[in-house]
Formats: sequence, C-alpha cells, structure tokens
Amino acid sequence: MNQFEYIRATEQAAAVKALVKDANTQFIAGGTNLIDLMKMGVAKPDKLVDITRLPLKDIKKTPTGIHIGALALNSQVAENSLILQHHPVLALALNSGATQQLRNMATVGGNMLQRTRCGYFFDVNMPCNKREPGSGCGAIGGINRMHAIFGASESCIAVHPSDMCVALAALDATVTVLGPKGERRMPFADFHRLPGDHPEHDNTLQKGELILGVDIPDARQTKNVAYLKVRDRTSYAFALVSVAAVLNIEGGIIKNAKLAMGGVAHKPWRLHAAEASLIGKQATIDNFKQAAQIAMQGAKTYKYNEFKVKLGHNTIVQALKTAASVA
Amino acid sequence: MEKELKKSVIGEPMDRVDGRLKVTGAATYSAEFNIPNLTYAVLVSGTIASGTITAIDTRAAERAPGVLTIITHLNAPQLAGYQASAIAANGKPNYRVFGGDKIFFNGQPVAMVVADTFERATYAASLVKATYQKDEHKTSLEDNLANAISPSRGKDYQRGAIDAYKTAPVQVEQTYMLPTEVHSPMELHNTTAMWDGDKVTVYTKSQGVKATQQSIMNTFKLTDDKVQVNSRFVGGAFGSALRTWPHEIATVMAAKKVGRPVKLLLTREQQFTMVGYRPKTIQKIGLGATADGQLVGITHESYSQSSVFEEFTEGSNNVSRFLYASPNVTTRYKIIPLNVGAPAPMRGPGEATGAYAIESALDELSYKLNIDPIALRLKNYAENDPERNLPYSSKYLKECYSIGAEKIGWSNRSQTPGAVKEGDWLVGYGIGCGVFGAHRGRATAKIRINADGNVNIQCATADIGPGTATSMVLIASDALGMPTDKITFELGNSAFPQAGQQGGSSTVSSVGSAVHDASLALKKKLMELSGKTESDLSPGNYTDIIKQQNLPYLEITQGSQGGDEGSKYSMYSFSAHFCKVHVHSVTGQVKVVKAVAVVDAGTIINHKTAGSQMIGGVVGGIGMALTEEALFDDRYGRYINGNFADYHVPVHADVPDIEAVFIDKPDPVLNPMGTKGIGEISIIGFAPAIANAVYNATGKRVREMPITPDKLI
Repeated sequence: MNQFEYIRATEQAAAVKALVKDANTQFIAGGTNLIDLMKMGVAKPDKLVDITRLPLKDIKKTPTGIHIGALALNSQVAENSLILQHHPVLALALNSGATQQLRNMATVGGNMLQRTRCGYFFDVNMPCNKREPGSGCGAIGGINRMHAIFGASESCIAVHPSDMCVALAALDATVTVLGPKGERRMPFADFHRLPGDHPEHDNTLQKGELILGVDIPDARQTKNVAYLKVRDRTSYAFALVSVAAVLNIEGGIIKNAKLAMGGVAHKPWRLHAAEASLIGKQATIDNFKQAAQIAMQGAKTYKYNEFKVKLGHNTIVQALKTAASVA
Repeated sequence: MEKELKKSVIGEPMDRVDGRLKVTGAATYSAEFNIPNLTYAVLVSGTIASGTITAIDTRAAERAPGVLTIITHLNAPQLAGYQASAIAANGKPNYRVFGGDKIFFNGQPVAMVVADTFERATYAASLVKATYQKDEHKTSLEDNLANAISPSRGKDYQRGAIDAYKTAPVQVEQTYMLPTEVHSPMELHNTTAMWDGDKVTVYTKSQGVKATQQSIMNTFKLTDDKVQVNSRFVGGAFGSALRTWPHEIATVMAAKKVGRPVKLLLTREQQFTMVGYRPKTIQKIGLGATADGQLVGITHESYSQSSVFEEFTEGSNNVSRFLYASPNVTTRYKIIPLNVGAPAPMRGPGEATGAYAIESALDELSYKLNIDPIALRLKNYAENDPERNLPYSSKYLKECYSIGAEKIGWSNRSQTPGAVKEGDWLVGYGIGCGVFGAHRGRATAKIRINADGNVNIQCATADIGPGTATSMVLIASDALGMPTDKITFELGNSAFPQAGQQGGSSTVSSVGSAVHDASLALKKKLMELSGKTESDLSPGNYTDIIKQQNLPYLEITQGSQGGDEGSKYSMYSFSAHFCKVHVHSVTGQVKVVKAVAVVDAGTIINHKTAGSQMIGGVVGGIGMALTEEALFDDRYGRYINGNFADYHVPVHADVPDIEAVFIDKPDPVLNPMGTKGIGEISIIGFAPAIANAVYNATGKRVREMPITPDKLI
C-alpha cells in the first residue's frame, strides 16, 4: 500500500472541491473494495477523502418513489421496511452479495463504484487495460470463465460484480450526483458504461462528482419479483450469472416486465427485447423460454465462458418462474 | 476385561481443555508473541515462473522509513547447512531461500524486508524491483504428460495379470481429474525468531516442533540445546505445516542479521505459493468385472504434478491395491516436474485423491452392471488385505455400510439416475469409502504428580485442531483412575520429550500410548515406593505416598513404541461416507442436504472432539467435490485465483447437517487404547460420495472436480 493523505469531509461541496483540487484523490466510504485494491497495489491514491460523515444515509419516501442516500449501508437498505415493502427485489439482490460483515460496511454509492473482480485486474503482474491502459487484456486469451458475453470490447471483457446494481437497473432507478457545476441526474442504466477503448472508466462520473443517492420510482406491484444468482458456492461468491426479474401480472397476463442480468457484461445488463416479448403474454414457461432466448441473442463467448449462454438462458427462465410463481 | 468392569472416561464427550482460552482470545498463537524490540519481515514474491534474477533494485526500499535490512540472494548470510552447489545430490536444482539467482516457480521469495513496523515493511517490500531473464516455463499438467517421470518413491505395483480388467466382460475405463487444492487454514503461516547469543528461540506454525527444531539445527549447524521451538496453538494446518519452509529459515536468518527479534506473517496470497498444496492429479482407472459384479482387475494410473526442484510423491494408488478383493491389480505412478511451488501433504494425502478416482469408477461400474453400489462393494469385500496377504487388525467396514445406508435413507435411492425429484430439484444419493493406514510412532511422555495431587504431562506433540491435549487428559485419567480436572497436558515445545509430527492420523495412537504407558509407569513407581500391590493402590493413595516419601513430586519419563504388529497385521482405519444431494434441474446448483460419515477408527477417546474432526473432514470433502480449484494461467505460470475471495473454500451455507457415527470397537493390536485414526478418513472418500450422488441425481458424470453449476446444465 502506498502512503497517502487522509482527510475527512464534513460537507458535500467541500468533498467535491477536495477531489477536484488534487489529481490523484479518491473518496472513501466503507472501503470494502478500495482498501483491498490499495493493498494489492491496484489503486494508489495520494489522498483519500472520507465522506462517511456526510448526511447521505437516508432511506425515505418521496412524492414519486423512494430515495436511498449514497451512504446508506447495504445491510440497512436490505433490511429497510420501505424497501422490503416496495422493492423487495433490491433486498434480495443485496442479501445475495458479499457477506453480512461486508454489507454492514459497504455503502450504496460504494457498491455502484466497486471495481471488477477480474483476476488480471487484481494482479499487478498481469496485463490489464482497465488497470493500466495499453498493457493489454490478460483475460481475452486467458482464464475467462467469469467474464463478459455481452458488450465487451477488444480491450476488456471484465464484468461488473455488483448484485445491487442489477436490481437497481431493473427498477429503472435514477442516480443523482453532485459535481463542481452542481447537481445532475441520470438514469441508472447510463451510470455504468461499456468498456470500448477506455475500460479504465467503469462509469460516466465526471471528475469530482459525488454520488448523492438513488431514486427508485414507485412500482405498480411488488409481489412477482425474483433475484436469482447462480454461483460457485452458496454464499460469498460472485455471480456466474444473476437475474433480477420484476413482473406485473394481472389476470394471468404479463402487463409489464423488467429484467436485468449480472455477471455477463461490464455493466448491469438490461434485457429490453426480452421484456418486450413478455408484455401482453401469459406467464407460461414457454413464454419465459422464448424471452430467455431473445435475451441471449448476440452473446459472444470466450474459451472458458461458453456455458454462460445456456446458464444465462436457464437462469432467466428460472427467475421468471420464481417471480411468477409458475411451477 | 478388567478394564470394562470399572467405569472408564474413555469416549466421554469432553469439552476441550483449551476451549475457553481459544474462544476468549486468551490462547496465544505463534504470531501473537509481541516480544520487546520486535521487528517485522515481509517477503517479496517473484513474478516469473522460471528464469534468472538479473538485478534487484532495493535502493528505494532501503530509503523507506523504518527499514532495517533487505535480504536478497546477493547479500544473504551463508548458512552452514546449505549446500553450496546449485545442483543437489539428487541431480535436481538446489532451491534454497535466497541461495541463488535461479527462479523455479512463480511466487518464489526473492527478497525479505525487515522494518520496525509491519506496515513499513509491507510498503518497503512493494518498492523492491527485481528484473529477470525469463526462461520457458511449464505449469500445465495436461500439456506436459509426455514429460512424466517415475519417481524414486511411489513404485508401480502388480498383482496377478497386467491390466487384467481389459479381459473382463464388463469394463469401465475413465479418467478423473482433481485440481490443485490449497490447504487454506484460517491462521496464516508465520514465524517469529529471536537470537540470544548463539541460541535461537522460534515461535512458528508447526505440526511438530521437534522436526522444526531439527531442520533449524541442520541448516544453522546448531545443537539441540541452542534451538528452542514453540508452537502451542495452531489455527489449522491440514499438512501445510509438516515441513520447515524457506520462509521459516529466512526469518531465523533475518533475526540473526538484524540482531533483533523478527516476525514474519505470510500474506493469504503467499499461502498459495509458499507452503504447499494438494497437487493436481490426473488418474486413469480401468475396472473389469464379471456380469455378476466380481472384480477381475483394477488398473490405477496417476499423473501428479511436482516441482522442478523436488520429488513430491503421495499414495494416490494405494487404495486400489487393497480396498477390494481383486485378483489382478496394476498401479502406475508418475510425476510431472513443473515450475510450481513444492506440493505438500494435504489432509488424506494421496488416498483422498486416489479414493476419488477408484470410488467414482466403482460407482460407474455399478450402473453398468445394474447392481446397487453397496452390494457391489460387499461383493468385492476384502476380508483380508489382498496386497500384503495379512489379516486386518480390525475391519468393520461392512457395519459402516449398513449403518450409513440406514441413516442416509438409502432405500429412497433409485438405481435409475434422475428418477427422484423434489420440486425443481433432482435428488441423488451417493457413497464413497475412505481408508488410511493406522500408524503408531515412537513417542515419549514425561508425567509428574505433585504432592497436591495434580498431574502434569508433557510431550512435544502438536495440536492443529483435533483437541490433542483433551484426548491425552482422558487417556491419563483412565490409566491413573483420576478425575480429568486434576490432569494437565502440555505440548508444542521442543524442550518436551520426543514425539513425531501431528500427521497421518497417528497422534492419539503414538502420543496416547506414551501417555498411557507413562501413567502406568507412574503407578508402578508408586507401588514400588509404597509396597502396595496393584489392587491395593487407589488414586486416593497417590498423594499420601508422595508425602510419606517426603517428595515434592514424582516424575517419570516413559518412551513408547509399537512392536512387530505391522508384520503380522494390516492396520487401517475405514470410513463409509454417504450423502444426499439436490441438483437444481435448471441452474445446475448442487446442495449437499445431508451427510453421514460412519467410521471404524477403533476406540474413540473423546466423542465430542472426534465428531468435530469428522465434520471438519467432511467439509473439506465438500470443498474438494464442489468448490475448490486453484487455477493457473499457464501463459504466465501464475495463479489467477490465489486469494480467499476467488479460491472457494466451502462456507457455512454449503455445509449441511453432518452426522458422524463411530463404530467405536477397539482395535486389539495397534496400541493399548485400541484406537486407530480419524484425521484422514474424515475426508478420504467424501468427494466421490458427492460426485456419485450428483450422477444418481442427474445422470451426468463429472470427472473433473469441482462440480460447478456450468458442468451440470
């Protein structure tokens, strides 16, 4: 770990200012990812701005939905009665990630900003364009079992590791950030980005921007939801694939469907075409299979992750079955 | 017979004597001795798999705050016990820590930084920059099978006709791959060393302080009175602390160089490269049988990875030679030297690997024959050891089969795979057997009874988790007829009387015999002093005798070892592992929903700790079957998942209700307590039980561990 300076921010504008001022400065909140990266020599900030004292911990009802402050802890969100009542899929996703101890430290904003778990990214002795632009991608010709099948590029095939973000993508959340020029809002789907030629950028945050929180619009109904995560061990493992499914079923007919996948792309992967294929249809396994087939179209696999196409398909079907309570 | 008349404490489910110390944090593990003036060492790991160090730039590190010294091959003190030449007597390259510029494997230590704090040492270590001349490296077992060699140990074996299975009407011929597994004890390997003149005291994670002491004596050319090794508490080891590793030597070396105590704690990542692992092994099994299930021949071939600088061999073929009564058996064993760290024994070394293959193949044969897997095992049951033509000292494997079948609900199993479902989950049942040699080594115990009636026993054995001291207290309590709370047992100190390492499931047999014999010797001495006969002497008299003799205490040191039993009997522990699994029909996830391990390990000294040991072994078996695999990127010869997040040991959620059942019948031959051993057979045979259950559930035979969801969809 490099030596670094540490300051504590007490108000938002000052935090933003501190980040803009120094070139190599990062915010730190729960630190559950950043400290690991610093220990591994992957992240080498000169200065850390501790933002945990900022008043961004609220989980509250708003006129249009629910607001979650960026510093709300993962475990607080997962156990919050508003969330459990209105957006249980988010609680399911959160509880399938990490461990209780990590969820007790990790914040919502930090979860959004966690870096990939690609082994080549984590090992400073391996090539990685995300860690060191221009050094090459170790994963493309290497052990790429965990890697992307959608939206990857010649420079990076890493996946975003979050479960929470998959649910937030499915829930059409909005992200609010504060930057040097003030606040701006963006759809959650636009927060993370695909790697393209610049895999070093995981998201669309601009220099100095601080995540203030996430807003989830009211959902029509909340009963038919599922978060299904398939992984190599039952807990404390990243997804091979995961699926968030939110259905609105009336009289056996799917009125609305929202689907997102984890473990398949550089960002939470929303399945718009599959969703469209379900709307107006009956909640049957055949229709679920058709949606899954549509969802997996265009997948590009590598030596060790070919299985993700079938596993992704099956996981979508199973998540839809679970959400719709179809046996 | 007399023994059975009085109430014995043997077998009582007794709490660990050091349980309170451990759960309250009061137990001091070897990395927790914060000696005055302590300094901290951090190792710099090499980053290539094969080649030569051309330069090491330590300038920035030397300027970093708090740095006391940086040791590399360029300035390492010459150790009297190190061979100077680059080539050892066996013709292999001579790997000695900081002994030269050659790199044999990725992660090999290239420098050690010693600083005044752990953090400063860690930071300075990150500033050390080595440059290399890379040579071509080999790390893939599959790609280098052509380079397999016959090791000097682990000879091939032949009984009857060669490859006779090929002549049988029903045959199975399959290949099974077990990946590299890493021991992954919770406690990291660590060593603290301090010199006082020409005497060195070492606190280290060790499965045998006497062996560690001997290694340090050999390397530094010291006599035993100059080397004190302590390892009282060990936070798991699983075989990884059965040898003295380069990092331990380096710490002793560094402490001498800086003239202050030095503490080294490996990182979790370094645990993957510096302290051994279970070697990846490819096994080819040929089984031949008559149509009614009589084995005609077994052929078992193993190809196992080893390092380029040592021969590591293990008995992965052993099981196939004697577990079943086949008239013809062929085993062949080869190792493939690769640019990898040295393997080390890992719980059930060899046998766990071999049992995975042979017990899987036998299961495959049972489906080909359409015979129940238990019936097939009974059909080929070896009443005597077919390898050595000797009777078993004791063998209750048949009882293990029947008890386990009853407890797991074997009658609910369908011989047709995929026939049983519970909702979306496919249900399967599997069996796998474990067997491991029951050994008794030489050991010596010193027993002292004080005038106040308290008894203390000392022996330089270890406790890596099984609860050794607790068992020893029970054995002494039984032999002396005294309550357990009057007896203490001390271990993990090289100044104590001799014991072998804690390995090979032999501690209770070896050290327990010494404690037993020492207790009887103490009673004999009390009889001599008092003139009492055995029937006159009662525990109530002990202190009176000592007081009458005006003694502060009475002390006996008693050695103990077996006789020629091994030439008359074949001695093994046996286990039959059963499990019920659920496999999700859509996502391929496997859940072990129940596990039953039935064990013939002779007399059980403490049912509570023995049960815990079985549970631990079964969890290891779950890891072997379902989650654990250390993966190399062979292009770089580096692990891609060498950390605790990506190398998956089972977590609680992977572990079902585990029932350990003990036959608990004494072995009449091996030792005076009638014990055999538990540590290895707890894991040996469990992984194939899961693999076989997965097949029973799905009809899919996964022959490459671990069985992850992608292999079942």
